[in-house]
Amino acid sequence: MLGKLDWSAIPFDEPIPLVTAAVLAVVIAAVLGWITLKGYWPYLWRDWITSVDHKRIGVMYCALSLVMLIRGFSDAIMMRSQLALATGGAQGYLPPEHYNQIFSAHGTIMIFFVAMTFMVGLMNFVVPLQLGIRDVAFPTLNSVSLWLTASGVLLTNISLVIGEFARTGWLVYPPLSELKFSPGVGVDYYLWSIQISGVGTLLAGVNMVTTILKMRAPGMDLMRMPVFCWTSLASSLLIVAAFPILTATLAMLLLDRYLGFHFFTNEAGGNPMMFINLIWAWGHPEVYILILPAFGVFSEVIATFSGKPLFGYRSMVAATMVICVLSFMVWLHHFFTMGAGADVNAVFGVMSMIIAVPTGVKIFNWLFTLYGGRVRFSVPVLWSLAFMVTFAVGGMTGVLMAVPPADFVLHNSVFLIAHFHNVVIGGVLFGAFAGYNYWFPKAFGFRLDERLGKAAFWCWFIGFYVAFMPLYALGLMGMTRRLQHTDNPLWTPWLVVAGVGAVIIMAGIGFQILQLVVSIRNRDALRDLSGDPWNGRTLEWSTASPPPFYNYAVMPNVEGIDAYWGMKARAQEEKLTETVYEPIEIPNNSPTGFITAFFAVVMGFAAIWHIWWMVVVGLLGAFVTFIVFAWRKQDEYELPADELAQLEHDRAEVVA
Amino acid sequence: MTIAIVDQGAADPDALPVYRPFPGPASKRIVVGYGFWIFLLSDFIMFSAFFAAYAVLSGETAGGPTGKQLFDLRIVAAETGALLASSFTCGMSALAVQTRQFGKVYAASFFTFLFGAVFLGLEINEFARMVAEGAGPQRSAFLSSFFSVVGLHGIHVTIGLTWLLVMLAQIATRGFIPNTMRRFLCFALFWHALDIIWVALFTVVYLMGTAT
Amino acid sequence: MTEETHAHHHEYGHDGYDSAPGDQNAIDVVAGTEGYLLGMVLAVALTAASFWAAQTDLIYAPGIPIALGVFAVAQMGVHLVFFLHISTGPDNTNNILALAFGILIVVLVVAGSLWIVANLNHNMVPMDQLMKMQR
Repeated sequence: MLGKLDWSAIPFDEPIPLVTAAVLAVVIAAVLGWITLKGYWPYLWRDWITSVDHKRIGVMYCALSLVMLIRGFSDAIMMRSQLALATGGAQGYLPPEHYNQIFSAHGTIMIFFVAMTFMVGLMNFVVPLQLGIRDVAFPTLNSVSLWLTASGVLLTNISLVIGEFARTGWLVYPPLSELKFSPGVGVDYYLWSIQISGVGTLLAGVNMVTTILKMRAPGMDLMRMPVFCWTSLASSLLIVAAFPILTATLAMLLLDRYLGFHFFTNEAGGNPMMFINLIWAWGHPEVYILILPAFGVFSEVIATFSGKPLFGYRSMVAATMVICVLSFMVWLHHFFTMGAGADVNAVFGVMSMIIAVPTGVKIFNWLFTLYGGRVRFSVPVLWSLAFMVTFAVGGMTGVLMAVPPADFVLHNSVFLIAHFHNVVIGGVLFGAFAGYNYWFPKAFGFRLDERLGKAAFWCWFIGFYVAFMPLYALGLMGMTRRLQHTDNPLWTPWLVVAGVGAVIIMAGIGFQILQLVVSIRNRDALRDLSGDPWNGRTLEWSTASPPPFYNYAVMPNVEGIDAYWGMKARAQEEKLTETVYEPIEIPNNSPTGFITAFFAVVMGFAAIWHIWWMVVVGLLGAFVTFIVFAWRKQDEYELPADELAQLEHDRAEVVA
Repeated sequence: MTIAIVDQGAADPDALPVYRPFPGPASKRIVVGYGFWIFLLSDFIMFSAFFAAYAVLSGETAGGPTGKQLFDLRIVAAETGALLASSFTCGMSALAVQTRQFGKVYAASFFTFLFGAVFLGLEINEFARMVAEGAGPQRSAFLSSFFSVVGLHGIHVTIGLTWLLVMLAQIATRGFIPNTMRRFLCFALFWHALDIIWVALFTVVYLMGTAT
Repeated sequence: MTEETHAHHHEYGHDGYDSAPGDQNAIDVVAGTEGYLLGMVLAVALTAASFWAAQTDLIYAPGIPIALGVFAVAQMGVHLVFFLHISTGPDNTNNILALAFGILIVVLVVAGSLWIVANLNHNMVPMDQLMKMQR
């Protein structure tokens, strides 16, 4: 009746997950109870859950990401403390079976549910505003993407309470991840979470590519687009190209596990290396999917706070598109040591070095933008400067490992761990935080507290170096990754320092939470009335903060790069009396996304626990939801011109 | 990507090209069509991963039956003919949709469905026969990858047939509104794309697998 | 412009700048049908040619996969042009660029995987020797 599911799935004998689960249950119940008591459900359902507005969806993506950052970071603190303690005779407090789940969950959550989710959210919020349009190409599909991502998050987190997570690392290599060696539900939780959220991400990529290529304000040629939109385009093209490979590869593993196929098994001719080959054919473009939007953020932030146009627009665009294509030609560098010959290794090694060149072009462009400008050292600029230093260091260690002989020494050591955290934290996360501080006033109408933002920044910046530079040394000293216990007294001091670094980062996160709370409390003092708190250059700053639900009453006519800067320079102000308003179409809200995601969770959970009838129910439910959506009578409603004029008039009065 | 449209004046071929700035968001039909085109390309890439797995594992028969021993090229030829015919009738129905002729739409779609169902029936039969002979997907890596790549295409055909029925129901209940016509355009794109994938499939899997 | 006027002017997915993929620019049922008919005839011919090439002795054996590949690519082209109405006009540029990108990725994934795994297999110790090393 319930497949493999029974009471033994709940970890009564493991205090840590049990206590965590209990605490989470209390917190969630408290939040839901508070919402119910205050009567917020109708508002939440109408204005957020069923919203198809890209701004709302973008905010929800980012909020989801920041919550998952806490979960992923908790895993990190546990790993660091375990390693600081467990040396020689001491065993630490995390047994190996648990520790393996922690590092697997840490990687999975950080990559898929923190980094990807934040970047997709940022692109969602910013791109339509920067393009001068009202929404993405497919608003309801956008909602579906968000909620499917949330489904993946939910399933992964359920594994903490019911069952277990994978113990294989975040990329579930076979043969360890095959049924023979991982008979439990852990790998299945991973597979179904990622498959479901992967569909969401793929659809978001399709949406963004179509929006950027087919829907821009009049006059906005591709070479007049903000650079953030170019990097979003490249990132979305990579999503469209790479995620199908992930879906296919994980599907093959699912077939092996569920139906006894032999893609990657040791027997009957299976080839585990094919999994590694395919998964990295996705995995390498994935990291570029993450970093390209961050590069875009830096381009926007640096240009705005230098008071100068971005240096070398054309070379930036060229570098972005070159990175997009080259990212598909380097993937073997993730498995140099796994048996390919010297010729294959050499080709991919050289390609990996070549791909550093366009990034170098970008860094020089940012430096030349700063040079000669009147730089304001705001929080976003601090993050950008820290990024340039940190990412350059991380990139250099990457180029070092791109040399196959060096990689033979360093592969799977903590040197590798230090490298990728160097580029992901220094690049993706710093970019996310820069974007968060930069666009927060646009999204919510008030700025974030500057002092707390700087405190958070310094803790993160210093904490990162303290936490990860020791790992470079340890890697060169021979320490392997994913160790639950160490035996070398020479390593211990470094591990303790790394642990201290993690604590400093924790302080940074604490400051960020404090920053948000304090800013909300002081929001009236921090209010952004003009819509343009930073003297911005691109179109989103011409709207109110937050923008009206229709973004632009009249679509702007774009005459050059940095469209808003040009408008300000020509002192063009919209004279309300002269503007001619036409009726505009607003897409209708829809519960389709949320309900589809609900059935996706049902299907995923049922598939994990082999509750076959429930899988069918989930599939049927999703199909019926789709049919109901297909038959809806009204896709959008028309906002009449006079109502639009009234809304604009009211807004202008508030600003004046 | 088109940076600017070059407008070659028909009157004077030596005239300088005129730069036309980007006119603003494209019409819904173009947006929907292009978005679906991008999605289809992602689907092609998903198939390519399965193709790659097949190509790599096609020799791993683990002592079991090979493609040469299992494939019946007459059935493959029949399947190919059926799918091609259904592509043609799909084209006919697309023309009928654009000219808003209910009867022709239903007739052409009926044959599209029929030919598609014939294809599917032949394929399911083939799979059942192979399983009964002990050459199921669990036998070897070659068979796993064969059943997966061909089966994935078959699943897409099934989805397409279901979609066609839904489209006919939409046309019957809502008529030829722009929404329905856009969706039919997407269906046509999907159906023709499936035939393109089949070309790759029968060439690589069946023909190269049994070539003398 | 409202949805209806847009639809009236741009029913066939061509707004003077761009075309939707799969759309023909003018609807002439006779010409349209002829297009599909010609496409089908060409496709059948290429299919027949492929089946023949796979079984015949007339082609140098190692060249057969190449011949099959050529016929397959040609037939895919026929489908693209006659059924999907992909053309090289400026209104189809975006569609072609997207297609080209997709084809590039497909080639990289398939050819790359084949090359890499062949290399791995070539360097792989034979199974019986590997088993001996386990003892």
